[in-house]
Amino acid sequence: MTIHVDIVSAETEIYSGLAEMVFAPAVMGEVGIAPRHAPLVTRLRPGEVRLKLPGGKEESFYVSGGILEVQPYLVTVLSDTAVRARDIDEAAALQAKQQAEQALKDRTGSIDFAKAQAELAEAVAQLQAIQRLRKRVGRS
Amino acid sequence: MAAGKEIRTKIKSIQNTQKITHAMEMVAASKMRRAQDRMRAARPYAEKMRNVIAHLGHAQAEYKHPYLIERDVRRVGLIIVSTDRGLCGGLNANLFRAIISAMKDWHDKGVGMDVCTIGAKGTAFFGRIGSNIVAQASHLGDAPGVEDLIGTVKVMLDRYLEERIDQLFVIYNVFVNSMTQRPRIEQLVPIQPDEEQELKHHWDYIYEPDSKEVLDHVLMRYIESLVYQGVAENVACEQAARMVAMKSASDNAGKLIDELRLIYNKARQASITQEIAEIVGGAAAV
Repeated sequence: MTIHVDIVSAETEIYSGLAEMVFAPAVMGEVGIAPRHAPLVTRLRPGEVRLKLPGGKEESFYVSGGILEVQPYLVTVLSDTAVRARDIDEAAALQAKQQAEQALKDRTGSIDFAKAQAELAEAVAQLQAIQRLRKRVGRS
Repeated sequence: MAAGKEIRTKIKSIQNTQKITHAMEMVAASKMRRAQDRMRAARPYAEKMRNVIAHLGHAQAEYKHPYLIERDVRRVGLIIVSTDRGLCGGLNANLFRAIISAMKDWHDKGVGMDVCTIGAKGTAFFGRIGSNIVAQASHLGDAPGVEDLIGTVKVMLDRYLEERIDQLFVIYNVFVNSMTQRPRIEQLVPIQPDEEQELKHHWDYIYEPDSKEVLDHVLMRYIESLVYQGVAENVACEQAARMVAMKSASDNAGKLIDELRLIYNKARQASITQEIAEIVGGAAAV
């Protein structure tokens, strides 16, 4: 008896196929999933997801955390793409804020719609001028 | 033949420009293919996530996460995805035009806006017009990773949880095909339930460690993956738009060269004719 396994990350699909047994590093301890396991959702810590494939071969994938979802005949591993921790996330957020502040030392607070539309109209006019020019050249 | 020399140097310089635009076209074409692959590779994750969330929503009737609750809208957050570099036709201008008209609607309704920009062009533009940019990321390169976006997404989600914004949108270009890209404004939170999706089974999950923490985690990852998908799609759009823009630039350069050649040859013939006329005139005078 086998169970279908999908391992995906936000950036790419890592594995999709059948396995006899799945071992994953859940936050509460390593879990082994056999077919007809009870539905389960758990977080994963960084570690190795091992698959026992039909025919006795084994395959393993490293995940840097993520989520494991188990349905009776389907296991989905939603893998993170990088090691995540609260303080790392905070640091990244802080950096994003600082970058914004740096980029905008002279912001005024209220949006100048007239200016925005004038600027965009200029860009659009330029594009239209180019198109007209192209048409004219095409005809001559 | 002073004019002839001038025209010749002009032709040379246009030829050099054409070489550059042609090379950029080729580079953009190959990058576009890779960007499209990345865009497609990101889809299964979001789909699986949506499934899990739909299941969790059904199994978890008593606990409502803030990301799922609709509030009165007094202030919205916008994550604006633009390109880092120019020379990609009207891609950014069209996107910004769509955003400005949406912003005007919000403004007229008295709704405030916090902006988060991804990409240098958006930062420059929305900084210039004076919108309130609270977070920013740029220079992500041709293959942006999810970890490049964690910070910016977190800033906006924190603002949502603190109730400083009541809705969060992501805005990017959708890749229709290599000739067409269209701006899209997509609501991230509150997460809109998928009405069409019928659940085949209703599981009662076992949650580890507990349901609230798992749901928090899943929703956060889901939102990040949506933003990542927007960025991946925008990169594909950028390359496609650049390819088309550079192709037409190369074509135009070719036409310009043809025209200049014609002018050059006419000038050359005119000068020869003139010379002959002068010689003949001189001989007749003697």
